[in-house]
Amino acid sequence: MRIGIIDYGMGNLHSVVNALDFIGVSSFISNEPTRLLQADKLILPGVGAFCDAIKQLNDLELSSFIEESVHRKTPLLGICLGMQLLFETSYEYGQHEGLGLLKGDIVPFNVSLKIPHMGWNQLKINKKQPLFINLPEPAHVYFVHSYHLETSEDIVSATTQYEKEIQIAVQKDNIYGLQFHPEKSGEVGLEIIRNFTKL
Amino acid sequence: MLCKRIIPCLDVNQGRVVKGIQFVNLIDAGDPVEVAKQYNKNHADEIVFLDITASHEGRDTILDVVNQTAKEIFIPLTVGGGIRTTEDIKKILRAGADKVAINSSAVKNPHLINEGAKQYGNQCIVVAIDAKRNTEKGSWDVYIHGGRLNTNKDAIAWAKEVQQRGAGEILLTSMDCDGTKNGYDIELTKKVSQAVGIPVIASGGAGTPQHFSDVLTEGYADAALAASLFHFGEIQILELKNYLKNEGITVRP
Repeated sequence: MRIGIIDYGMGNLHSVVNALDFIGVSSFISNEPTRLLQADKLILPGVGAFCDAIKQLNDLELSSFIEESVHRKTPLLGICLGMQLLFETSYEYGQHEGLGLLKGDIVPFNVSLKIPHMGWNQLKINKKQPLFINLPEPAHVYFVHSYHLETSEDIVSATTQYEKEIQIAVQKDNIYGLQFHPEKSGEVGLEIIRNFTKL
Repeated sequence: MLCKRIIPCLDVNQGRVVKGIQFVNLIDAGDPVEVAKQYNKNHADEIVFLDITASHEGRDTILDVVNQTAKEIFIPLTVGGGIRTTEDIKKILRAGADKVAINSSAVKNPHLINEGAKQYGNQCIVVAIDAKRNTEKGSWDVYIHGGRLNTNKDAIAWAKEVQQRGAGEILLTSMDCDGTKNGYDIELTKKVSQAVGIPVIASGGAGTPQHFSDVLTEGYADAALAASLFHFGEIQILELKNYLKNEGITVRP
């Protein structure tokens, strides 16, 4: 089994590769749809601004590739910005259209606490299967983000508390999204990645 | 609730840990990768490497250390020391660090903060501030070059400026308290933390678990950093966290 990591020029993809190597799963990084087509599963990572990211995905013809992969039932995991890109609209610096694979918006934090929401916070799991099995209780994961998901769909698999309840993990059919960084969340994060690779 | 973070800091010189570290069952206590792994096992929330390599030639050794560490531990890693240009930032992040800490260069060339934040995101730019109380003025001055040069900048004003320029976090060291083990500078930490909207890591002065508790509550710090206290095994991170939890502070177990 090989994991294809979608490279669209945003953020440090090597930490995801390092984590996969560590758990003994082979992977490759590419920005070419023809190469990524050979992957059994796909990861869409990313750190940075939403508008730059979606432009890059479109320019590299990765948007249509991701859409087709989802229709082919290839498991897809979006991490951090990669999760946000799966949704319809982001309100980061204006209004931008995302991949629209899932229904929901990416909105700025409206809390009195410090922004970005940065550091370790506790997972409140709604849907344990399949990504959140075999985790310790409580399980903490590492976040860095200034915008968050708002969806009314029944796709939210976990939330966390940051003054209010924030939706931080989603799943629908073969699409998975995590707002936090599993590749920076210690043993808990590695277990979540392992669960994805076992799908 | 967001957890308060406990962060061990390692001084690294030409790829080796500087202060004598006493860890049981550690094959090579001078190997930063091994020490980082040990801290990860002991429930550290992040690791900071401070590269104190003086010679220019020796400076790339930190990149190997970061590269190796990033392959073995999966918690955030910050690297500071000798970072002068965006090219330096790029190299460290490419090697696998999640954040860089800039100190003297940020004062001498504040635009580096803007550029770094713009190119790599606010979240990976940490500005380190070494502050020393100025009793005449009743405030704190910013020092650079390892505390040897007073810039006459006001620490609170500088903290606000670095936030405006795009820093994602402040690593605040009290030079008065550093090495004393008499506790963090609560007043300084509180003033800085309340002046900015970004997380503040308190550093300098930790000697007891109570000191951590004080700076994380009264000092409003988001994280507390210590070096020798952890290195010499005087306080174990897990025990410290249990203590903090009993004090009603939210920590990651």
